[in-house]
Amino acid sequence: MIPAPFDYAAPRTLEEAIALLQEHGDEAKVLAGGHSLIPMMKLRLATPEFLIDINGIPGLSYVKEEGGWLKIGALTREAELEESPIIRARYPIFADATKLIADPQVRNMGTIGGNIAHGDAANDHPAVMIALGAEIEITGAGGKRTVPIDEFFFGFYATALQPGEILTEIRVPVPPAGTGNAYHKLERKVGDYATAGVAVQLTLDNSGRCTAAGIGLTNVNPTPLRARRSEEALVGHVPNEERIALAAQYASEDCNPTSDLRGDEAYKRAMVGVLTRRMIRRAMERARS
Amino acid sequence: MKEITVTVNGEQHTASVEARTLLVHFIRETLNLTGTHIGCDTSNCGACTILLDGKSVKSCTVLAVQANGKQIATVEGLAAGGELHPLQEGFKENHGLHCGFCTPGMLMRAVELLEKNPNPSEEEIRWGIAGNLCRCTGYNNIVKSIQYAAAKMRGDELPDTEPEFV
Ligand SMILES: Cc1cc2nc3c(=O)[nH]c(=O)nc-3n(C[C@H](O)[C@H](O)[C@H](O)COP(=O)(O)OP(=O)(O)OC[C@H]3O[C@@H](n4cnc5c(N)ncnc54)[C@H](O)[C@@H]3O)c2cc1C
Ligand code: FES
Ligand code: FES
Repeated sequence: MIPAPFDYAAPRTLEEAIALLQEHGDEAKVLAGGHSLIPMMKLRLATPEFLIDINGIPGLSYVKEEGGWLKIGALTREAELEESPIIRARYPIFADATKLIADPQVRNMGTIGGNIAHGDAANDHPAVMIALGAEIEITGAGGKRTVPIDEFFFGFYATALQPGEILTEIRVPVPPAGTGNAYHKLERKVGDYATAGVAVQLTLDNSGRCTAAGIGLTNVNPTPLRARRSEEALVGHVPNEERIALAAQYASEDCNPTSDLRGDEAYKRAMVGVLTRRMIRRAMERARS
Repeated sequence: MKEITVTVNGEQHTASVEARTLLVHFIRETLNLTGTHIGCDTSNCGACTILLDGKSVKSCTVLAVQANGKQIATVEGLAAGGELHPLQEGFKENHGLHCGFCTPGMLMRAVELLEKNPNPSEEEIRWGIAGNLCRCTGYNNIVKSIQYAAAKMRGDELPDTEPEFV
């Protein structure tokens, strides 16, 4: 399978890349790791006329903590995120997620920016970013703007990114003391997209009361979904068995999975419930340790 | 057409390619290095795995133009100076292949795996080759082959190569 013909440029600066994107409008696409785009082009599900390869632009790949934010450059590969000392020491949720994203070869190419920009509810980072309350930095001809994660995903493959714009950075607020997070997805085989996935971040105060909660769901809705009622069921309470069960029930009620080869709707709802319960417990354990 | 220059197994090549040419086709059809296989053509099986600047990637999902200016290593370059690479020796000694179709990809993936983790556990090897499918061996002997190569590369005593019947 070979993609339809297209033209290709590999600019060396962000300005150049944005100018090319502006010039070609709708017909152009950014090429990052290529591991969502190229498979779609091979199947002719995507037929862009112009590919703008951003891999040669320096300065877009980093993981650092700065001014109360964890900042991840859009071109950071999954493998680099996995191996980053900051991530390993302080953000176990990314270790949970990256290990379950595809396989080592795909993670050597796939970028975190691409994973989010693709706007696919089956990808794993969107739900994680919802749980962590991330912000997305977008750069266009007019400069930079920042979009909260809740305003980033619009629909199937549709995001806040406009033609001519590049996702340049993902920012996650450095979690306060007493915070724990966790992600898991149910998959048919290693490397598969999620049958259902749940990301949870919780902050507990000294009395064990939950002061903040973020819960994101993978592949059980047309867009990555925030389980808002589940979060509300926890905040202000000590997450006891009853509260956890309520949060799990709300998540399974509020998602909108479709029946497909990975399972029917009822099964997926049930699995969202199970995973929500388990990830809340794991996040709580991590918050306490 | 785009002109690209790549260094493959230490040798520099310059060629004109269509932007849509996949790296695996460039390697097999332009350079005639057919050791890199095409299995699924959908980024799942890992038969097309090569090293791009030292990192294992699936060359059916990379454009040849993306490799411009980069180093490529394929299975043909593994046996330096005609001597088998410890991984090749490991696969030979431990019956790590039957039909051999997945083997070039397995070997190239394992090169990077052992470079990053010279002493992997069985579980780490199994996660490490999660992107490579084998329809023949059932993986047990592939795991043993990689353990054998790891021991050899560390200079440790070589593990037993007697087959295990399970
Ligand atoms: C076999 C296989 C299994 C996979 N399994 C999983 C999985 O389990 N979980 C998972 O989450 N993902 C999975 N993926 C997808 C993989 O993680 C992709 O790499 C990722 O979704 C896209 O990142 P990329 O860098 O490859 O983006 P690309 O494919 O290059 O781009 C994807 C889209 O985003 C746009 N884009 C990319 N970067 C930017 C940017 N900086 N600014 C603006 N637009 C941009 C592109 O124009 C394109 O439309 C799998 C892929 C494969 C091939
Ligand atoms: S042929 Fe490339 S992964 Fe199967
Ligand atoms: S040896 Fe036949 S596919 Fe692996």
